[in-house]
Amino acid sequence: MDILILLIPLSLVLVGVIAWVMLWAARSGQFDDLEGPGHSVIMDDDKPPKPDDAPKP
Amino acid sequence: MSNSPGLVDAPSFSGCFHCGLPVPDGAHYPIQFEGETKQACCRGCQAVAQTIIDSGQGAYYTHRTALPATPREAEAELAQLGLYDLPEIQESFVRVEAENIREAALILENIVCAACIWLNERHIAGLPGVLSVEINYATRRARVRWDNSRIQLSAILKAVSDIGYIAHPFDPGRSDDIFKRERNTAIKRLAIAGLGMMQVMMYALPAYTATDMTDEIRLLMRWASLILTIPVVGYSAWPFFIGAWRDLKRRNLGMDVPVALGVGTAFVASVYSTFSGHGEVYYDSVTMFIFLLLTGRFLEMNARRRAGAAVEELVKLIPAATTRLPQWPARDEEQVPVARLAVGDHVLVRPGETLPADGVVVEGDSAVNEAMLTGESLPVSKAVHSRVVGGSLNQASPLVVRVDKLGADTRLASIVRLLDRAQSEKPRIGRLADRAAAWFVGLLLVITVAVGLAWYLVDPAKALWIVVSVLVVTCPCALGLATPAALTTATGRLTRLGLLTTRGHALETLARATDLVFDKTGTLTHGQLSLRRVVPLGGRSVEAVSALAAALEAGSEHPIARALRQDRPQGEHPEGHEGLAAYPSQGLREAASPITPAGSIRNTPGRGVEGTIDHRVYRIGSPRFATASESPPAPPESSGGEHPANGHESWVALAEGSELIAWFALADTPRAHAAAALAALRQQGLRLHLLSGDAEGAVKTIAQQLGFDAWHAGALPEDKLAYVKALQAEGRIVAMVGDGINDAPVLAGAQVSIAMGEGADVAQAAADMVMLGGRLATLADGIALARKTQQIIRQNLGWALGYNLIAIPAAALGHVTPWIAGIGMSASSLLVVLNALRLSDFKQPVRGEAPGVKNAALTPYP
Repeated sequence: MDILILLIPLSLVLVGVIAWVMLWAARSGQFDDLEGPGHSVIMDDDKPPKPDDAPKP
Repeated sequence: MSNSPGLVDAPSFSGCFHCGLPVPDGAHYPIQFEGETKQACCRGCQAVAQTIIDSGQGAYYTHRTALPATPREAEAELAQLGLYDLPEIQESFVRVEAENIREAALILENIVCAACIWLNERHIAGLPGVLSVEINYATRRARVRWDNSRIQLSAILKAVSDIGYIAHPFDPGRSDDIFKRERNTAIKRLAIAGLGMMQVMMYALPAYTATDMTDEIRLLMRWASLILTIPVVGYSAWPFFIGAWRDLKRRNLGMDVPVALGVGTAFVASVYSTFSGHGEVYYDSVTMFIFLLLTGRFLEMNARRRAGAAVEELVKLIPAATTRLPQWPARDEEQVPVARLAVGDHVLVRPGETLPADGVVVEGDSAVNEAMLTGESLPVSKAVHSRVVGGSLNQASPLVVRVDKLGADTRLASIVRLLDRAQSEKPRIGRLADRAAAWFVGLLLVITVAVGLAWYLVDPAKALWIVVSVLVVTCPCALGLATPAALTTATGRLTRLGLLTTRGHALETLARATDLVFDKTGTLTHGQLSLRRVVPLGGRSVEAVSALAAALEAGSEHPIARALRQDRPQGEHPEGHEGLAAYPSQGLREAASPITPAGSIRNTPGRGVEGTIDHRVYRIGSPRFATASESPPAPPESSGGEHPANGHESWVALAEGSELIAWFALADTPRAHAAAALAALRQQGLRLHLLSGDAEGAVKTIAQQLGFDAWHAGALPEDKLAYVKALQAEGRIVAMVGDGINDAPVLAGAQVSIAMGEGADVAQAAADMVMLGGRLATLADGIALARKTQQIIRQNLGWALGYNLIAIPAAALGHVTPWIAGIGMSASSLLVVLNALRLSDFKQPVRGEAPGVKNAALTPYP
């Protein structure tokens, strides 16, 4: 049980670090658009802009 | 995986390849997509689809999850795009970075799903000279940076309209910044509360369950919990304390009072017990309580903002710039921002432009569409000395107008002010619920004080703990969340269905509605003329006479002319007749079909057009005008063949010399699936009424076709309002569906009002709900959802009250330990929230209606 004397303060420090990261994320606009980036990852950007190259079904 | 990449995940997108509307009989607008031939419903869709595919972005069609709007209204705006290149107009919304680097904010219209964003981003970014483009999915706003020496802003806007969207530059302004800051603060508060809650729970759980914990460890955990709870109470819960203080100052009891009191007492008592080393701690209850409440408020705030922003974007009737004639009657023109106009200035308004201010016509003859202001769908003719109103659209020929009212003095502005007032008066009905809550809170406080006093007399040492446990266990949380959680979820779901809620009470009232009153123009019909039928005479082909009509009407913005050009039937291989070329596959609808205009066109406003084609004189217009005779032949029977009497058709005659060669029937078209949607509404037990300013014949036909219970033709706004009042006097609850500004008083008079997304902008600002996409079926879904929401709110309130009825006596008698209080509180709030969340995937039994509606990906808020 003695280990808790170390672990509990350590957990406080960890929470502090996470809180700081969250606040940083909020400040730097990570939460501004919660939808778009998720979709844009799926979209295929590699197709060259030539209609001929579209894969045939 | 299917290996047909066409519309893999959306087999229900039948009809037009681009917009999904049914392809009319005889229409032939082929599109080549990945080796297959697809059909479009009109030339606009064809041109847009072809542009998208040709620029290599055909993947849009595989990825989209909702159908776009039919490209139609861009033309008039296109003419004005060039104005956006003028430095004095750019100054309000363009930021100049380096010498040639510019940045502007744009509002994008017609965005319906993530694929639209992708398409726009790729398309704009691919333009030479564009440095960067960023589109926010949630707000539908874009930031574009470009090099002014290589591309002009107008070219960017044009590129957007080529793929079927509309971009408006706008001034991001202050309201946006404020919202962004507020949202950021809310996120930070939520993050702190969430982290605090999770960690405190980690310390609390062993304290409840462990049997062999030493006192030192217990104390250490309490101190750690205290440290974590301080920021949660001091920062995250701050708005509740402020709100409670404000409530108390105004001497009413809102939900913030018990929240602040509960949080405050529990926290102070826990701190006392941590320091003194005896008694119980409530840190876990406090932090969880705060987190849950903040989550509810955050969701609510986002939903509200969504509704507000959509309306805000629609209020843009007045153009940014106009043409001034400083030396009138001399013809020197200059482009000035509307803000710099002065009373007495003369402005030149070309066809297709919006009037910048109120004034008097001093030169020219034209037809002006005032639909935005009066709801009248047909243009009004204007000559010298006529009064014109800012915000209306000039359609036929140039007008010179002397400005006599500007800005806040204009009719548009005064209408907006009236609506503002009507709005501020309305939500009174919704306050009832708040009053009931205040009553409950008051009762709760009285009980708490009584319990505290009683225990003080019996056992002073226990009194404080019992008061705390009463305050914690009563859980104003469940009560406080019962209504907003359900309302927020329902609002989000409705938004995804295409119905924006702009007022809190709308859902509640909609659920109780017994009568649905429609305004015909623009609600059940498109409010736009379209070509119904062509009857060629003397052995001519439909294509040939249509080509002649289009050539004669080539230069006009009159709705009849537009219909004749756009809906012109074309054979598969248009022969070079009258110089009519096969239309190429790019550009906008009008540009797509080069119509060689007739020579020496003479326009007689209100009657028709005369012109020369191949050295022959043709006249098109009213039968009397076309044949130049006092007794023209009668038009063919309107109820002929495959087209039964469809409302009122207007007939236009085409004559070569004095010989009549064709008839064209034009009519306003009913919206798709109006009949099915209305049948669904009737099934829900609603009485349907139709009020219209139109003539009796037309209204009667539509009313009978669609099966209305009651109808009323030739109604003025006052009549409509009186009708609604009469219904209300019978104790009916009236929901009004309308679209024009002339409906505004009626909309404000009905208990709940719904504006159509395509209608006049200001009416939407006044309405309780805004229907996007013009799909009437949404209404039935909306009503079903509203009723379900009422039911869930009632369940929630019932549960919260029942819980309190058991918990309060138990706590008052001292039987509730802190952990029971904590679990009880959490369980009751969780139950309420989960119950509300059932609304988020609420589904109305489908009635074979508009495929795009169900997955119309209007952002669900997180």
